[in-house]
Amino acid sequence: MLNPDAKLNHDIFSKHVEEAPTRDGYGHGLLEAGKEKNVVVLSADLEESTRCHWFAKVYPERFFECGVAEQGMTTIAAGLAVAGKIPFISSYANFCPGRTWEQVRTTICYNNANVKIAGNHAGISVGPDGATHQATEDIAIMRSLPNMKVVVPCDSIEAQKATMAVSQIYGPMYLRLQREKTPVMTTKETPFVFGKAYPLWVSKGKEIDVLIIGAGPLLHNALLAAKELEKERIRSVVLNSHTIKPLDEKEILNWAKKAGAVVTVEEHNIIGGLGGAVAELLTGKLPLPLERVGIRDVYGESGKPEELIRKYHLDVKDVVVAVKKVIKRK
Amino acid sequence: MYLSHHRIKDLYEVANRLREDVIEMLVEAGSGHSAGPLGMADIFAAMYFYVLNHKPKNPNWPLRDRLILSNGHICPIQYAALARSGYFPLKELSTLRKINSRLQGHPHRGSLPGVETTSGPLGSGLAQAIGMALAAKLNNERHRIYCMMSDGEHDEGNTWEAVMFAGKNKLNNLTAVMDRNNIQIDGFTENVMPLEPLRDKYEAFGWEVIDVDGHNIEEFISAIWEAKAIYEKPTMIIAHTIPGKGVDFMERKYEWHGIPPNKEQAREALSQLRKLGGKIKSEHE
Repeated sequence: MLNPDAKLNHDIFSKHVEEAPTRDGYGHGLLEAGKEKNVVVLSADLEESTRCHWFAKVYPERFFECGVAEQGMTTIAAGLAVAGKIPFISSYANFCPGRTWEQVRTTICYNNANVKIAGNHAGISVGPDGATHQATEDIAIMRSLPNMKVVVPCDSIEAQKATMAVSQIYGPMYLRLQREKTPVMTTKETPFVFGKAYPLWVSKGKEIDVLIIGAGPLLHNALLAAKELEKERIRSVVLNSHTIKPLDEKEILNWAKKAGAVVTVEEHNIIGGLGGAVAELLTGKLPLPLERVGIRDVYGESGKPEELIRKYHLDVKDVVVAVKKVIKRK
Repeated sequence: MYLSHHRIKDLYEVANRLREDVIEMLVEAGSGHSAGPLGMADIFAAMYFYVLNHKPKNPNWPLRDRLILSNGHICPIQYAALARSGYFPLKELSTLRKINSRLQGHPHRGSLPGVETTSGPLGSGLAQAIGMALAAKLNNERHRIYCMMSDGEHDEGNTWEAVMFAGKNKLNNLTAVMDRNNIQIDGFTENVMPLEPLRDKYEAFGWEVIDVDGHNIEEFISAIWEAKAIYEKPTMIIAHTIPGKGVDFMERKYEWHGIPPNKEQAREALSQLRKLGGKIKSEHE
């Protein structure tokens, strides 16, 4: 059943569940974060599609358009941060932090500059634009940088809370956002604490058979899978691990110990993302069977989001298959 | 501000002393860059001992002028200037590039007092300086931002992205200084990747451009004053310099871009510097 403490959306399993993109949550979050006068926002010619145009309208004097120049935007933000500002930089994840990885490494992370990077249009579900615009390695390249922290919100409401949260914690942050409308799973009342994973779903009874860990909108598929698995008497916990770095090791290990098997679910390469992070954790502290649902080290292609989710094995049935497979390996 | 002949002579002496420090640091380190630091000694002497409004004993003084070194590989000259102006003990200069040292091979913020930001990978310093200039404008702060750059790093796209942004935003509190020494690792700049006409390029992006003799301290300082008087644009001072200046066998040779002198070469270099190019016969200490 849904975790009552998470105070989730009642319509979460309805066909008519409200949908909104996580980037919208970022845009609303910026408005809220902007009440602090040191917050500034920079765009690389993607003001509207990264949703920072709302901030630009309310705080024009603190909004800077850099042109199609992600490296410039990144390094200018580093200078602003060194001078005490709290810059948010917005582009598509493939361009920033994709193209700008070295600038992020040297001038933001090594420099420990208080810059917040919002990587929009992440994942394969960007759809028709094709693989050039589908960032599926961004978590990996950000996670490997010392000082950097990584947050992947699961819906627009969580994205808004995450935007506010990262603005208030010092240091380099990567916020991963998506373009498409996705189910709003959480509510304003759902507790969000940076670095703290929490269960969305806990099967009834004392025993559980599998721990499903997810991050981002694909958690909805994990929940649908948990619901289906319950019909087959497979008991699961679905954990929302929105903060991928630092990973909430304690919460994950607690549940993993009870379950004895783990599945990760993410719209990212199975190498280096959430699946990679969990594999590193389990290998070091609690070796258990692990299956990773994610993009299997290939590039995407053009198509409708739902078609891509199916073709690249990120669907509900893929989670179900992974769960059955991992349980057999126990 | 009145600049007496006496004061100018002092600055040249400081510059020569900084050159000696650079040679001593590099030979001790066993790696590093020779030509750039020697070529920029006069300008660094002028910056740290005349131009900058700063308090070496209070390196985080909020009202200080900021000096950002974009071409971080010439940091030995900055480290020497920081130490000689009192940011940290002189004896620490000999730890350059060694384990547990505050003097990293390229500048790192937080490692050493007086280093404003992390730099070295070329093309990212100007943009950082621009970020600081923009922040100062937002805060109505009066300090100035100086960015020391190389000519070679104008091959980098990141540099030109920053140039456009500074022009667009009319950052008149920003003065960049280009070490126009015509060399980079692989050879002469105009052979590796032609950069000229640099003045026209900067002017086209909305900058004021002043060309100076980078070894004429008086001319350089007057360009700095001119830049302060320009109220609607950022300024680029193109400082024409001789790489390796002061050591005859290093001058104008791109081969000296990225290597240190060996012990014998260092002895010869120091002897030349101490004789001030033959002007004096007896070496000082």
